[in-house]
Amino acid sequence: MTVLEFAAPVLEWRALAPILLVLAAGCLGILLEAVLPHHLRFVAQMSLVLASVVLSLAFLVINWFRGISGVLAMGSITLDGPAYFLWGALLVFGALAFMVFSERRVNGGVTAFAASAAAVPGSVEEAESARAGREHTEVFPLGLFALGGMMVFLAASDLITLFVALEVFSLPLYLMCAMARRRRLLSQEAALKYFLLGAFSSGFFLMGIALLYVYSGSFDLAAIHDAVTASVFGEGLLIAGLALLGVGLLFKIGAVPFHSWTPDVYMGAPTPVTGFMAICTKLAAVGALLRVFYVALDGERWTWQPLLAIIAVLTMVVGITAALTQTDIKRLLAYSSIAHAGFILTAVVGASQIVPAGQATSAASIMFYLAAYGFATIGAFALVTMVRNPAGEENGLAGWAGLARKNPAVAGLMALFMLSFAGIPLTGGFIGKWAVFTAAWRGGYWWLVIVAALASLVGAWFYLRVIVVMFGQEPAKGTFVGSASAWTWIPVVIGAVATLWLGMLPDSVMQLATFAGTFLR
Amino acid sequence: MMNPENYLILAAILFSIGAVGVLVRRNALVAFMCVELMLNATNIVLVAGSHIHGGLDGQVATFFVMVVAAAEVVVGLAIIVSIFKTRRSTSVDDANLLKL
Repeated sequence: MTVLEFAAPVLEWRALAPILLVLAAGCLGILLEAVLPHHLRFVAQMSLVLASVVLSLAFLVINWFRGISGVLAMGSITLDGPAYFLWGALLVFGALAFMVFSERRVNGGVTAFAASAAAVPGSVEEAESARAGREHTEVFPLGLFALGGMMVFLAASDLITLFVALEVFSLPLYLMCAMARRRRLLSQEAALKYFLLGAFSSGFFLMGIALLYVYSGSFDLAAIHDAVTASVFGEGLLIAGLALLGVGLLFKIGAVPFHSWTPDVYMGAPTPVTGFMAICTKLAAVGALLRVFYVALDGERWTWQPLLAIIAVLTMVVGITAALTQTDIKRLLAYSSIAHAGFILTAVVGASQIVPAGQATSAASIMFYLAAYGFATIGAFALVTMVRNPAGEENGLAGWAGLARKNPAVAGLMALFMLSFAGIPLTGGFIGKWAVFTAAWRGGYWWLVIVAALASLVGAWFYLRVIVVMFGQEPAKGTFVGSASAWTWIPVVIGAVATLWLGMLPDSVMQLATFAGTFLR
Repeated sequence: MMNPENYLILAAILFSIGAVGVLVRRNALVAFMCVELMLNATNIVLVAGSHIHGGLDGQVATFFVMVVAAAEVVVGLAIIVSIFKTRRSTSVDDANLLKL
């Protein structure tokens, strides 16, 4: 027996180019940190990030036009329609989020990230590095690594790649959470909570992977599907593995009862990072959840559908009831994101995969929902960075009172995003909700659709409350709208235009999502 | 040869000790060590699975788990040390500013 036989792996460079470009730019960014002087780093990193994301998007579009697809990289990545669509969405949202990272004017000439994250808050070292105008430009390579990890995560076709990708995108996020320039204690605390709970959940995730391996003898999603269909032995192993793997994925999505990190981390993290996490993490995790449950565990759907249905109900109810009482805009958006995770889960539960021609499958409706939710989220968090008091960002809802009289544009755009979150017609959120509810209904879960419709009706209340606070109340003293550069305004304007466009002319994106079709096995 | 199921039971016990430890211990470092215990319990499952199926996949996966765990330690300790320098405490109960 020759144990040391080694076959060099075959990589499809062209098809993998979108991922490789993003990760390579991340490595190059680390190198730039080492060789460039302080004053050049910001411009260099920013250009590198935007160039790599745009180039990666270009490769993606060309590859999709040429119809390149299949199982790549020795069976570890599946490039199929949903992967293309979600990668494209990730790159667009990532680029918009990185633009908000680059905003300096609104903070008085520096980014929202700590001058020196290693220095103790309030210490002499911190004051010195702040005086020297230092900035942590490492957030850009960290962001690229996170983005690359997310891209691999939602396309992984074996469980080990899935696990490694999960950590590749989680670890940079933990660090980015700790890097706020102001309110650093909160920021560090958020990072600690996110890290401990994230590591805990990835322990469960990994145990799920190991049990599925013991059950099926393979890490490959398609092989697990065959094993589930053939049902070789140990149903208990399969169900335990499925449940533990589900815990890890639902934690990243922010579904109840695995949501407790969401409000604290969203509130403590620097707002540009919160915006990035709020959409990109959710998008990647939903993509991976769909792939694992539809491709590998499809044969076991009678087990996971009822469980996920219960989690979907809990997620919607807890997210919305908790959001009703929030007084902080970032916490409110965090609970809103939990509620939206619940709406997405309704379509996952519905699992309608075979539909009449021209209709959207569960996967397609969820992809549209994520696109609509993403543009509104990026825009809303970018606007949050602009509402300020003398000490920094004003996140308390009381400080937002009467914002419309100080700056009608900011208040009006925020109102638009709130209406989209609430699912009011003519916004992208409405079409998205309609699509996911249709998918759930078609899957036979009509009672879930009724619960979800009631939940979104109640949920509209707290979004409207934000609008009432901004438009109907006397202006709060001490709060003002900071003057932001184009780096904040571009994402806001793109978000607003896309929200309206997806609401009024949803056909093109809906057709793209439908064309993306279902997952390749 | 021992029944491979015994390894799975051992792993389940270690995993449960780790999971309970994360929930009850207040020191962030100890909680983190408990997470590492959970990951190591998983390694036992992977190696046992590799033995059951007579392939090498599970054993190779163990190396991936070890490398990822090492990377997690780097990031985790950086966060825990920075919060310790700020507060002179690693208790997770003291980190309570974000509760509203």
